[in-house]
Amino acid sequence: MKRFAALLDRLVLTPARNAKLRLITDYLRATPDPDRGYALAALTGDLDIPSVKPAMLSALIVERLDSELFGYSHDYVGDLAETIALAWPAKPGATEPPPLRDVVEQLQKASRLEGPRLVESWLDALDATGRWGLIKLVAGGLRVGVSARLAKQAVADLGGKAVNEIEELWHGLTPPYANLFAWLEGRSARPVSTAIAPFRPVMLSHALADDELALITPQDYAAEWKWDGIRVQAVREAAVARLYTRTGDDISGAFPDIVEAISFDGAIDGELLIGGRTDAGFATARFSDLQQRLNRKSVSPKLLASHPAFIRAYDCLIDGRDDIRGLGFADRRKRLEALIGAAGGDRFDLSPLIPFGDADDLRRLRGAPPEPIIEGVMLKRWDSTYQPGRPKGPWFKWKRNPHVIDAVLMYAQRGHGKRSSFYSDYTFGVWTEGEAGDELVPVGKAYFGFTDAELAEIDRFVRNNTQNRFGPVREVTHEPSRGLVLEIAFEGLARSRRHKSGVAMRFPRISRLRWDKPPSEADRLETLEKLIPS
Amino acid sequence: MRAEDLLSPTPAGLYSPLGGFHIDPTRAVDRALITHGHSDHARAGHRAVLATQETLRIMAARYGPDFAGSGQAARYGEPIAIGEATVTFHPAGHVLGSAQIAVEAKGMRVVASGDYKRRADPTCAAFELVRCDVFITEATFGLPVFRHPDAAGEIDKLLISVRQFPERTHLVGAYSLGKAQRVMRLLREAGYDEPIYIHGSLDRLTRLYQDEGIDLGVIRPATVEGGGRLVREEFAGAIVIGPPASFAERWARRFPDPIDCFASGWMRIRQRAKQRGVELPLIISDHADWDELCQTIRDTGASEVWVTHGSEEALVRWCSLNGIAARPLHLVGYEEEEA
Repeated sequence: MKRFAALLDRLVLTPARNAKLRLITDYLRATPDPDRGYALAALTGDLDIPSVKPAMLSALIVERLDSELFGYSHDYVGDLAETIALAWPAKPGATEPPPLRDVVEQLQKASRLEGPRLVESWLDALDATGRWGLIKLVAGGLRVGVSARLAKQAVADLGGKAVNEIEELWHGLTPPYANLFAWLEGRSARPVSTAIAPFRPVMLSHALADDELALITPQDYAAEWKWDGIRVQAVREAAVARLYTRTGDDISGAFPDIVEAISFDGAIDGELLIGGRTDAGFATARFSDLQQRLNRKSVSPKLLASHPAFIRAYDCLIDGRDDIRGLGFADRRKRLEALIGAAGGDRFDLSPLIPFGDADDLRRLRGAPPEPIIEGVMLKRWDSTYQPGRPKGPWFKWKRNPHVIDAVLMYAQRGHGKRSSFYSDYTFGVWTEGEAGDELVPVGKAYFGFTDAELAEIDRFVRNNTQNRFGPVREVTHEPSRGLVLEIAFEGLARSRRHKSGVAMRFPRISRLRWDKPPSEADRLETLEKLIPS
Repeated sequence: MRAEDLLSPTPAGLYSPLGGFHIDPTRAVDRALITHGHSDHARAGHRAVLATQETLRIMAARYGPDFAGSGQAARYGEPIAIGEATVTFHPAGHVLGSAQIAVEAKGMRVVASGDYKRRADPTCAAFELVRCDVFITEATFGLPVFRHPDAAGEIDKLLISVRQFPERTHLVGAYSLGKAQRVMRLLREAGYDEPIYIHGSLDRLTRLYQDEGIDLGVIRPATVEGGGRLVREEFAGAIVIGPPASFAERWARRFPDPIDCFASGWMRIRQRAKQRGVELPLIISDHADWDELCQTIRDTGASEVWVTHGSEEALVRWCSLNGIAARPLHLVGYEEEEA
């Protein structure tokens, strides 16, 4: 438990992806089975133990510590779980700190009432970091900035494998994954996936560069719209149906409407959208409507009715029992049409192919798509096999030009790692009418899109024009006549109640520095509001 | 006779009506007794200063030889009569030269602890317990959430990280008096024998420690002139120590992919580390933690405790739970920074 807690302690403050990978891989290498397997399951979110919430533990700590002193401590620290971990008094003569396996296995056997008592005895035995790690583990959801995908990448690194190989096996494995580690360390054969309706790693595309446009001819490439939903995989096998995200997370629980409607055996790749069949064909709602249904464990009947989901199918990986990923796209497409055509219904339709003559034709189509939820075109070689990962060449995405506005730099924050002495995270705003005339209101934050040379220029500007400091954040001069205008590119805009401006940008980045422009000529909030689809 | 005749709080700091002197005054006074060399306790411009020899040297290194009208060295354990009071300096274990000051008259003794800690520190004399009637304690870490771990374990954390990321520079933020030199010495005790690099602002005080006979090994200036590949090679896997603020300077960006570390008792609170952009917090403190504060109050046998700078209310609450009279002093001008 102590080692695992030390890993979490390090991960939670480590911003860089590669550093996180090294920390996890080193931990997995140095830690014996089954502890490392349970740790991995905790990181990927696959560990099933009854949760013990910090609120239940605060009742236990006041049996040990004056409640007024605990109150002062909580006020000071802020976070309840951390306060309990730090303020829990050491117990002289407590038992040895438990290994992670004991914590997991005993909790799995424990009743709801026994859980908190077990945790209490372990808190007595652990040190402050150990207690913090334990509380994180049992509270459910570690939140240390590690995605399931990243943890699997670390596993892949441990054995020198491709992450997709891990993904493909994953759903057939159960914690503590002794057979997986044995294979990674060359002590046994590859585990055989016994899972029913498993996830298969997804094929991704590269952005089309200008000089690659000449490659695109209707003889070699098929064109489709790029729909702005989320990429999913719908699978059914032996009467078990599941829905996965592109990273292999099982989201069946949030989309029973889709899962019930998978009436064919096989695996298809498609875009999850909100909408449904009307007399005029499928009507598609906005991305923000889809967001209503994401990140839920379950869904209410009301939301099912108001926000029905469907899948616009792109590709077929498994047809019946045939793995057809080795066939070309043209052949797979025929299988897909047969499968979806037969399935029909309200929950599946086909992503149409777009006929085109030449590259100019494509450019026109891309510039004026028939629906606002289209974010560009996809180009797929007719002969491309379905390869996991992001191979260069067979598939391209060619997005619509992004929206662009001019905004004013308001705050800058210090970055991490290589950028730790640079002010590299920028909050920018646009003009709106305030109580005392025009004022800037923040509309977003961006921390990439610029070159290293531009970063150095902005950093110099920030240092020379600081008005205020708040910890690592500096407020920068932003007056009508003095300040820095940033051209911000972004993919879309939605209403937001969380932001003062009332708008939230998708995927904002800095596309140009407008040293030539005075802040007074930056854009206004009204301009942005017009971009929100109604 | 009242304890307030020996020492009482004033806007300029603790003042002794019987002795006619201040302890760690926050503004210039005629006669100042200084507990230790941190800048919020030891200020320049007093007419006469009484402090340990080491503290006088530290003040001279910081403010120049004319830091006071006159300076007198106090030896640990030797009583000195001032006015109608007698004062004695005792080691406080905080930084080099740090002292608690016992003020006595007519059979009553008040001890002003200044800042103190009770853990072993190879760079200064160990805390000495002085029994007294009134104990004036600091409360920098006066909350039960502050329990400092073993400093050697924190140094291990740093050395493990250096081995784990041998291509990166570890930038260790540490206050320039005391903490920085303690980290250097702890690294040596852990067997680290590579050169340790320091920011220019640590130079003078580090030399002073070395002159006092504290072996810090090979210390080199972290100058990065020229830049480019040579700097990357020299500083890959290196440990660079500097005052925390220096790592926000442009100077810091020439090191290869640096990891920001910070040696401070405040690093116990993760949110504090996060706010400062610290990637590897090292919980190493020159102040007593909660358990040490409580233990010390008990050990002094004081029937009354006055609590100053820090979380006064929590420590006062603890005293009242334990039947000891206590009150906060609300002295101003002492920063939490050098912790």
